[in-house]
Amino acid sequence: MLHTFVAYVEDLPGVLTRVASLFRRLNINIHSLTVGHSERPGLSRLTLVCESSTQAGDRIRASLYKLENVVDVDDIAGAANVTRELALIKIAASVATRSQIFELAKVFRARIVDLTAESVMLELTGVESKIEGLIEILRDSNLTILELCRSGKMTMRRGHHTSGVLKAMGAKSDEPATGSIPAALEPEARLPAESH
Amino acid sequence: MGTQANTSAANAHLTTPTRLTGAEIVWATLVGEGVTDVFGYPGGAILPTYDALRKFPIHHTLVRHEQGAAHMADGYARASGKVGVAIATSGPGATNLVTGIATAMLDSIPVVCITGNVSSKVLGTDAFQEVDITGITLPITKHNFLVNKTEEIAPALRHAFQIARSNRPGPVLVDITKDAQQGTAIFDFEAAKPKPYRPHPMLRVEDNALAEAAELIRQAERPVILAGHGVIESQAMEQLRSLAERAQIPVALTLLGLGGFPASHPLNLGMMGMHGEAWVNHAIQEADLLIACGMRFDDRVTGVTSQYALKAKKIHIEVDPAEINKNIKVDVALVGDLRHVLEELLPRISGRDGSPWIKTIEASKGDAAVRDIKNLPDSGHLWAAHVMHDLWRITGGNAVVVTDVGQHQMWEAQYFHHETPRTLVTSGGLGTMGFALPAAIGAKTACPEKEVWVVAGDGGFQMTAAELSTIVQEKLNINIAVINNGYLGMVRQWQEFFYDRNYESTPLISPDFVKLAEAHGIPGRAVRTRAEVEAAVEEARKTAGPFLLNFLVEKEDSVYPMIPVGSALHEMIRRPGKDPLLETAEDE
Repeated sequence: MLHTFVAYVEDLPGVLTRVASLFRRLNINIHSLTVGHSERPGLSRLTLVCESSTQAGDRIRASLYKLENVVDVDDIAGAANVTRELALIKIAASVATRSQIFELAKVFRARIVDLTAESVMLELTGVESKIEGLIEILRDSNLTILELCRSGKMTMRRGHHTSGVLKAMGAKSDEPATGSIPAALEPEARLPAESH
Repeated sequence: MGTQANTSAANAHLTTPTRLTGAEIVWATLVGEGVTDVFGYPGGAILPTYDALRKFPIHHTLVRHEQGAAHMADGYARASGKVGVAIATSGPGATNLVTGIATAMLDSIPVVCITGNVSSKVLGTDAFQEVDITGITLPITKHNFLVNKTEEIAPALRHAFQIARSNRPGPVLVDITKDAQQGTAIFDFEAAKPKPYRPHPMLRVEDNALAEAAELIRQAERPVILAGHGVIESQAMEQLRSLAERAQIPVALTLLGLGGFPASHPLNLGMMGMHGEAWVNHAIQEADLLIACGMRFDDRVTGVTSQYALKAKKIHIEVDPAEINKNIKVDVALVGDLRHVLEELLPRISGRDGSPWIKTIEASKGDAAVRDIKNLPDSGHLWAAHVMHDLWRITGGNAVVVTDVGQHQMWEAQYFHHETPRTLVTSGGLGTMGFALPAAIGAKTACPEKEVWVVAGDGGFQMTAAELSTIVQEKLNINIAVINNGYLGMVRQWQEFFYDRNYESTPLISPDFVKLAEAHGIPGRAVRTRAEVEAAVEEARKTAGPFLLNFLVEKEDSVYPMIPVGSALHEMIRRPGKDPLLETAEDE
């Protein structure tokens, strides 16, 4: 089955290598991995989707947490969530085909973000099936996709969910959490940089 | 090495923040972490650190190969429970540590490895002796650091010690660039202290799980405790013993668990797994409850997992949440430090009558004792099992035995009975040949007052035999027993059982080990018959300083029983019925 993990990791060089290396070691293929800044200074948030057996969730989560730079791991499993992906699609477009692309973009609520004499670039967000749907229609319509760039999934639980670890770090998220973070759970003081 | 003057200077650094060079900070931090001995090999990128060593009360053992340094740090840690420290230079010095680091990783041994690296301004340029050692060791360390600023040395080292020791221990590598060693910074030991180790959110010992475990124990008719290395690492020997005695539950041990429960205890079944005695594995297969304490259901102890202990409910007490349900699905998981969990569990355990089950196990021993090779008559042959048995008898079981990997390792586990923890030092998880000699140097350095024996095969001994000169240079009183059968014995045994006796690349020519020892200034003698064993062992023990015994044992002997890979735990290759003889008083 597909597992989705959301993890808070220290924003340091080499941390992504450690996460990726773990999955390589466990012989698990990563379907998608999205990383960016989180609401907490010094912490990045990543969404990782991988294929593994149903029972493997706990073990992957436990193994992720064993990485020293990983602060929190949430196994989304079947929980209610919002999952989105972003795609940028560049399509070959002449004056003749342009309006057809505009029509499709309208149906899929994609935005036109670049337009030249030869091409159109669409920006589309949504669940995986929506993005797959647009790509399929474009291909079926004999349009030529010149470039396709997909972000991978980003996932957030619905409702007022906060993990025990994040709760302990303080709920106020958009300001520096100094003082409210219990020492035991605070990401360690900035460590010497690692290679890569 | 420590003079009064540098001891007091080093201690002053710990309390009064002082400007020091990075090199001095390395040693000052080690002193603060309680380090007295390190094992290493100098080279260009670590030279500034070596240059500062004479100012600090730390003894450095010069190794002959950096693999030896890592194994020595590992042996030091296994024998003492303290963190072992290995030091090497960049590039090949660092990569030579790799086998030793992986050995410590697989067996959860707290080791800190310090490597020098090229200056930060040339990092990533393929400079002379530059290698990405933090990249290379990423999957075989608990964590590693690349330090390229002087002021980051102390916090990184202190954090490394914390990580190495905490929860499930393991190796940590700290790679320090040459310019960081050469620069200066204010050394403030107290300020460099890491925050308390973050708790793993999946560590949990819930009340209802404890109650459930206690209830399973109360109801069990055929329970077996499986005790592993965690008993020793969490110092839960007393608590384990209380559990076993109170509930009258027999205890089976993993290889690394040996010593965690006294061998002579009436409830001790012995070692389980691939080369465990038949009754131990049968007891596990017949059990209705397994209580796994600080062990990880390694493939060498379970046999094929689909047929493992199918009748048993399983309680798993383990500090590493990633081990729960990894190999064997368990019914109750108590995820936490073993000693603390047992302390919480014990008040819920009341006395129960274990005698019918214990009698059943006793009965299942059948003729195993008389088939045991140690009870064979002296036919003039020298069996390795005899050597182990005699070594145990003559040393009173009080020695620290450091084994290599292979047949002799299994015979040691079967015939040398360990009463106390940290008396067996052996590479279990990685199975690293060449481990014994350097690990024994570490063990002897940690425990100079203890009798230390190396037990190694002729194959593994030659992998790291260069460390003989380290023993001489360090004037260490280590006794060495080479179990010499002219083969890579365990591989030959597999070829005998599973590859039609096609002894491809397993016969090996060795030097005359006694002469090799002599060339190092180490006395020794060859032993060819059982009659000579006692006098030879006594001579080695009486000789001040190291001594080597070259035991020329039966060439094509095999370790029994054996569970072939892919077989269930009860599907053993039993000992062939050689002429049995009842136990003699001598063997008691």
